[in-house]
Amino acid sequence: MTPRRRRMLLIAFLLLGLSAATALVLKAFEQNLLYFYSPSQVAAGEAPTDQRFRLGGLVEFGSVKRTDGNLDVQFTLADCEGSMPVIFSGILPDLFREGQGIVAYGRLGTVATEKAFIADEVLAKHDETYMSPEVADAMKNADGTKCMPPGMLQSAS
Amino acid sequence: MNMLPELGHFALCIALSLAIIQASIPVAGVLTNRPLWMRAARPAAIGQFGFLLLAFLILTYSFIVSDFSVSYVAHNSNTSLPLQYRISAVWGAHEGSLLLWVLMLAGWTLAVAVFSKALPRDMTATVLSVMGMVSIGFLLFMLLTSNPFDRQFPAPAEGRDLNPLLQDFGLVIHPPMLYMGYVGFSVAFAFAIAALISGRLDTAWARWTRPWTTSAWMFLTLGIMLGSWWAYHELGWGGWWFWDPVENASFMPWLVGTALIHSLAVTEKRGIFKSWTVLLAITAFSLSLLGTFLVRSGVLVSVHAFATDPARGVFILAFFAVVVGGSLVLYAWRAPRFKAEGKAGFFSREGFLLLNNIFLVVAATAVFVGTLYPLLADALALGKLSVGAPYFNTVFVPLTLPLVLLVIGAASLNWKRGNATTMWQRLRWVAVLAVLTAIVFPFILIGQSSLIVAAALMLAFGAIYSAMEEIYRRGSRRGYRKIPLASWGMSMAHIGLGVFVIGVTLVSTYSAESDVRLAPGDSTELSGFSFRFDGISHEAGPNYDSTVGKVTLSHENKVLAVLRPEKRIYRAMGNSMTEAGVLPRLHRDLYVSLGEPLSNGAWSLRLYYRPFMRFVWLGAIFMALGGLIAIFDKRYRHPKLIHAQTGSV
Repeated sequence: MTPRRRRMLLIAFLLLGLSAATALVLKAFEQNLLYFYSPSQVAAGEAPTDQRFRLGGLVEFGSVKRTDGNLDVQFTLADCEGSMPVIFSGILPDLFREGQGIVAYGRLGTVATEKAFIADEVLAKHDETYMSPEVADAMKNADGTKCMPPGMLQSAS
Repeated sequence: MNMLPELGHFALCIALSLAIIQASIPVAGVLTNRPLWMRAARPAAIGQFGFLLLAFLILTYSFIVSDFSVSYVAHNSNTSLPLQYRISAVWGAHEGSLLLWVLMLAGWTLAVAVFSKALPRDMTATVLSVMGMVSIGFLLFMLLTSNPFDRQFPAPAEGRDLNPLLQDFGLVIHPPMLYMGYVGFSVAFAFAIAALISGRLDTAWARWTRPWTTSAWMFLTLGIMLGSWWAYHELGWGGWWFWDPVENASFMPWLVGTALIHSLAVTEKRGIFKSWTVLLAITAFSLSLLGTFLVRSGVLVSVHAFATDPARGVFILAFFAVVVGGSLVLYAWRAPRFKAEGKAGFFSREGFLLLNNIFLVVAATAVFVGTLYPLLADALALGKLSVGAPYFNTVFVPLTLPLVLLVIGAASLNWKRGNATTMWQRLRWVAVLAVLTAIVFPFILIGQSSLIVAAALMLAFGAIYSAMEEIYRRGSRRGYRKIPLASWGMSMAHIGLGVFVIGVTLVSTYSAESDVRLAPGDSTELSGFSFRFDGISHEAGPNYDSTVGKVTLSHENKVLAVLRPEKRIYRAMGNSMTEAGVLPRLHRDLYVSLGEPLSNGAWSLRLYYRPFMRFVWLGAIFMALGGLIAIFDKRYRHPKLIHAQTGSV
C-alpha cells in the first residue's frame, strides 16, 4: 500500500467510526427524551401511550392509599382542569405529602380497567417551599394567573 | 457599628482595580517592548491576592459571628449552625462561591507569578495579563450583580439556614476542590492565549504548561470523586453517579482536560498537535466557566430563572461570549502560524494518543448535547423535556471501553514509529495475565461472572498490567531511579483507570437492591446477607431532630455490624434529609437508608449490596495521585533544559 492510500484508508476508517458514533448518540438520545405532561394534557390524549414520560401536579388531599403488607401506593395527581391516578411501588421521597407538587416518571397503563399512570420513580424536591417550575407552570390558568385544582380548595379550607 | 462588610466590599473594589492594572499594563509592555511595564504584573498579582483574601476572611468572619445584617449571611446561616458549617456556608451559595472562585484564581495567578522565574519575561507578563482579564470579568460580575457584602436593614434576628444537603463533610471540601480544578484550567488557557499572541509554541512552552494543567486536572478529579462519594451516602438513593446536569457540568471539563493532558504530552515530545492543544486548552477553560455558571446561576432549575434577575443572565452570556468568542477569533487568526515539527504516523504512541483525544472529545460532546439540549428546547419553547440517564450510559460505555484499549496499546508503543512485533512481545504476558485474572477474579470474589464482565475486566487488568510492564521494562533496562516522575505518575494514573473500570463494571453488574417493608423484629435477605430491623429511636442533633433506625446486619448467623440510618429534620427551615447507614469494605458495601413510617410501627427501607463500590473512588484517587507525582518531574522545574531525556511521557 502506498502511504497515500494508507492515509486515505485511515481517514475513511475515522469517518466511519465518527458516523457510527453519531448514529449511536442520536438514537440513544431520541429514545431517552423524557417529555413533561400535566394531568389535563394526559386526559386530553396529548401524552404518548407507548413511551416513558414525566407527569407532574399536586397530590390530591385524601388520595394517598397504602396497601398493607407491601410497598404499593396509589394517589392522584391533579392540576386545575384534570386529575390522574398514579400507582407506584417503593419508597416515596422525604417531601412527598398531600398537597405537595411532585413529578413522577413512568408510562400510561391500566389498573382494573381504569386508565392510570404507572410510575417507576417519584421525585419531590428537598425544600418545603420549592415547586418544580414545570409543576408551577401546570398550576396556571390560560391567562397565566395561579389556580388550584377544584378538589384541593375544599380540602385545604 | 460594625463596618467590616463595607471594608470587604472596598477590598473587592481595590482588587478589581489591581486586576485592571494586571490585565492591561504588562501586555501593553509586551506589545511596546517595555520591560518595566511587564514587571508590573507580579506586584499587581500579589496585591490582588492579598485584597481578595482580606475580603474572603471578612465574609468568613461575618458568618462566624452571625452578622445577619449581611444579606448573604442571613440567607445561608443560622445561629444554631455548627461552626464548621458556618465556615463552609461561605461558599454554600452563589455570591460566596463566586468570591471563592476569584480568590482561587488570584491564588493560581500568584503561584504562576512566583514559580515562573525561569520563563521569558514577556511570556510571564502575557500569561498574568490574561489571568487578570478573567479576574476582571468575575470581579465585575460579583460587584455589579452578586455582591456578597450587601446589607439588609433591619437585620433579621435569625438567619435562614444553610441548605441541609450542604451540611456534610463531603460538601465542605467538594466545592473548593472542584473550583481549584475549574480555575486551574485558567492557567492552561492563559498559556494558550500567550502562545497565540506571541506565536511561540515549542517544547519549552509545553513543558511550562504541563504541570499547571496536570495540577488543575488532579483537583478536578478529586472534586468530582468527592461529589460522587457525597451523593452516595447523603442522598439516600444509593447511587454514585446520576448523570445529573450538575455532575455533567463538572465532567465535561474533566474529559476535555484529560484530552488536553495527553495532547500536551505529544506537543512536548514531538512538536505536533500544536493548534489542537491550544484549542483544547481554550475549550477546557470555557467548559469550566460554563460549569460554574450552570450550577450556580439557577439556570438548571429553569431557564426562566434568568428572568427574575436579568442582569445576571445578560452579564453571564456577555462574559461567556467575550471569553469564548474572543479566544476563538484570536485562534482563527494566529493558530495557522504554528508549524508541526514532525509527522504523526498512525502506529505510534502519538497516533494512539490522537485516537484517545478523538474518543474523549466525542464523549464530551455527547455529554454536552445531553446536558444542554433540554435548556435549549425550553428556551426555544420546543417543549419541556429532560434526557434520561440511559442515554448517557448507552453512549458512554461504547465510547470509553476503546479508550482503555488505547491505554494498553500506547504503553507498549514508542514515539514516532511503533512496531507490531515489539508491541506483541511487550504485551503478550500482559495479555495472558489479564485474561487469567479477568476470568478468576469475579468468581473468587463475587462467586459469578459473565462474558461481558470478563471482557471489561480484561481491559481493566490489561491497563493495570501494561502500566506496570512499562515501568518494569524501563526500570530493568536503565534503573528505576532514571525513570522520570512524569512516567511514574502516568503509570499510576493508568492503574487508577483500571481500578476504576473494575469498580464500575462490578458495581453496575452485581449490585442488588431492594425496597422492603419491615416491622420491628422483621428481617430480610439480600445477596446472602440478613438485614434485621430493630425499630427506631429519636435523637437530637445540634440543629436537627433525627429519627434513627437500627438495622442489624449478619451473614451466616454472624453479626457483621449494626447500622444506624437516619432521617433528619432541620429545625430552622423544616427541611428533611436522609443519612444512609453504610458498612464499607474494600470488596463490597452494604447500605441501608430509611424510607417512611408505615402502619403498625413498620418502616419502608432501602437496602443495597454494592460489590467493589470503593474501587470506583479508589481508582479516581489513584488517578489524582498519578497527577500529583507527575507534577514534581524535574524537567518541569528546569524548563530551559529542552533537549533532555526522551522516551518519557
